[in-house]
Amino acid sequence: MIPRSAGRADQDFFIVARDIKYAYEGGIEALKGVNLRIKRGEFIAIVGGNGSGKTTLAKNLNGLLRPTSGAVDVAGMPAAKMTVAELARFVGYAFQNPDHQLFSGTVDEEVRFGPKNLGMIESEVAKQAEHAIALMGLQGFRSAQPLSLTLGIRRKVSIASVIAMDPQVILLDEPTTGLDAGETTDLFGCIRALNEEGHTLILITHDMRLVAEHAKRVLVMAGGRIVLDSDPAGVFSDLEILKSSKLEPPPVTLLAHRLAESRIPKDTATPEQLVDRIVALAGGRR
Amino acid sequence: MRPLELRDVTFTHADSPKRALDGISLDVEKGEFVTLLGENGSGKSTVCMLSNGLIPHAIRGQLGGSVKVFGYEVAEHSVAEFATRVGIVFQEPESQLFCMSVEEEVSFGPENLAVPREEIRERVEWALELTGMKGYNDRSPFSLSGGEKQRVAIAAALSMRPEMLVLDEPAYALDPVGRTELYRVLRELKEKQGMTVLLAERDAEDASTFSDRIVLMKAGRVVGNGTPREMLRDPDRLRSIGIWPPQLSEVSALLNRRLGRSDFDFSSVQEAEKMISALISSGKGGAR
Repeated sequence: MIPRSAGRADQDFFIVARDIKYAYEGGIEALKGVNLRIKRGEFIAIVGGNGSGKTTLAKNLNGLLRPTSGAVDVAGMPAAKMTVAELARFVGYAFQNPDHQLFSGTVDEEVRFGPKNLGMIESEVAKQAEHAIALMGLQGFRSAQPLSLTLGIRRKVSIASVIAMDPQVILLDEPTTGLDAGETTDLFGCIRALNEEGHTLILITHDMRLVAEHAKRVLVMAGGRIVLDSDPAGVFSDLEILKSSKLEPPPVTLLAHRLAESRIPKDTATPEQLVDRIVALAGGRR
Repeated sequence: MRPLELRDVTFTHADSPKRALDGISLDVEKGEFVTLLGENGSGKSTVCMLSNGLIPHAIRGQLGGSVKVFGYEVAEHSVAEFATRVGIVFQEPESQLFCMSVEEEVSFGPENLAVPREEIRERVEWALELTGMKGYNDRSPFSLSGGEKQRVAIAAALSMRPEMLVLDEPAYALDPVGRTELYRVLRELKEKQGMTVLLAERDAEDASTFSDRIVLMKAGRVVGNGTPREMLRDPDRLRSIGIWPPQLSEVSALLNRRLGRSDFDFSSVQEAEKMISALISSGKGGAR
């Protein structure tokens, strides 16, 4: 087994991708040279239109796909030298469709499968599974059959089964697709707790509302490249980047840009922020 | 004849103890664009499946009340009888596309009705034009983007020349630009072709721009029915039924609360810009 931390890069950057390219069979180049460095504990959103390379990039970070050229280091070691199972201890990946991942008879078995498969001893498996189930709030569903649950709960089960392997980095591919407002709020409560626990979170989404509310860093992808790497404020102040990356700017962003002459900053990203700024400028009455 | 008329409708799936529809009454008028807005499990998909008879004919369960589609009681007529009047499009385009080319896909329906070849050709061209897919005839549906696939699914429904189009979260898996393009196509169908559109959605932001009327649903009941402006005004009400309020409704409500007013009710970015810039310039100097 590979030691959990090794090398110099571990202190600075947990994931380093150097000029990675990836071409699918048939020659479609989905990544055209991506450079990326990720620290422990970051909360990153990867945004971009369908086909921009978001999922391909994510899968190149956890070994589900291997770069056609370029290299990825994880925890200071070349990912190319690690098996998918070894990488899974560092970078976990929750699929967009949880049903691609769920196959066990009960939630409990599902969550235990990963750590067991990694060769953890029984007491460690139990501890990890318990922790994952508690974090995702699944205590009431231990003996339920995963595929009989609602989509919101199935998605939590699929994330719990990733967490149970205790990876430092957790990749979530469009985790809110198909969820309604209540389920999304609930899921993001759990996701924030994971980040506060020290996990690095990488969220693939095209929901700019989630980006505004949760992400600390945003990678905008278009045509297989990262076209902007910035904090959310930088992304929301760049209407051209949003439009050219197939991301409709949210109404609040459009409004803030139109109100620039009234001294509303262009990086305004949420209704609360906008109203705070308007009230401060309008002054006087409360 | 009214495209859809529901009176005190209840429906319970054969394998479920809970009512999917718990006594709803609802009309859709000819040429109207109506959006059913509600969270998962609110009953909006059930209404969609009633509108062409998939319920009760293909999906079994206990149906109560009266469902009339273009004047015909659905329980008394087969799905095939509604096929030329109601086109239905689901969430996942992949689940409905199965042919080798876009043209085959779009001509499949009318071929089954033994429509003459020349007319099929006309219908295919018409449907592809309306959905912005002209020239894609020979492409494989599986080589298309999610948004394009969904527009092919709509073209396939249109080639049956329906009078009403029913769509159950058609933009589910699309990126924001794909969503906007899809809804623009639907709006044009309504405006230029007089198509009646019934749409199930969870996204109030889209519904606010494209619908004539919004029906709020919760737990199998209708809890609101009116213009987008009336239905989307109150963010707390929307949150209570599991819907993210449109951002402009949130901005209006927050401004009213913070400034002790009640007159902010923005329905467009332009309108909001005008009122807010006036507010800011009138406040200047006063506070500092």
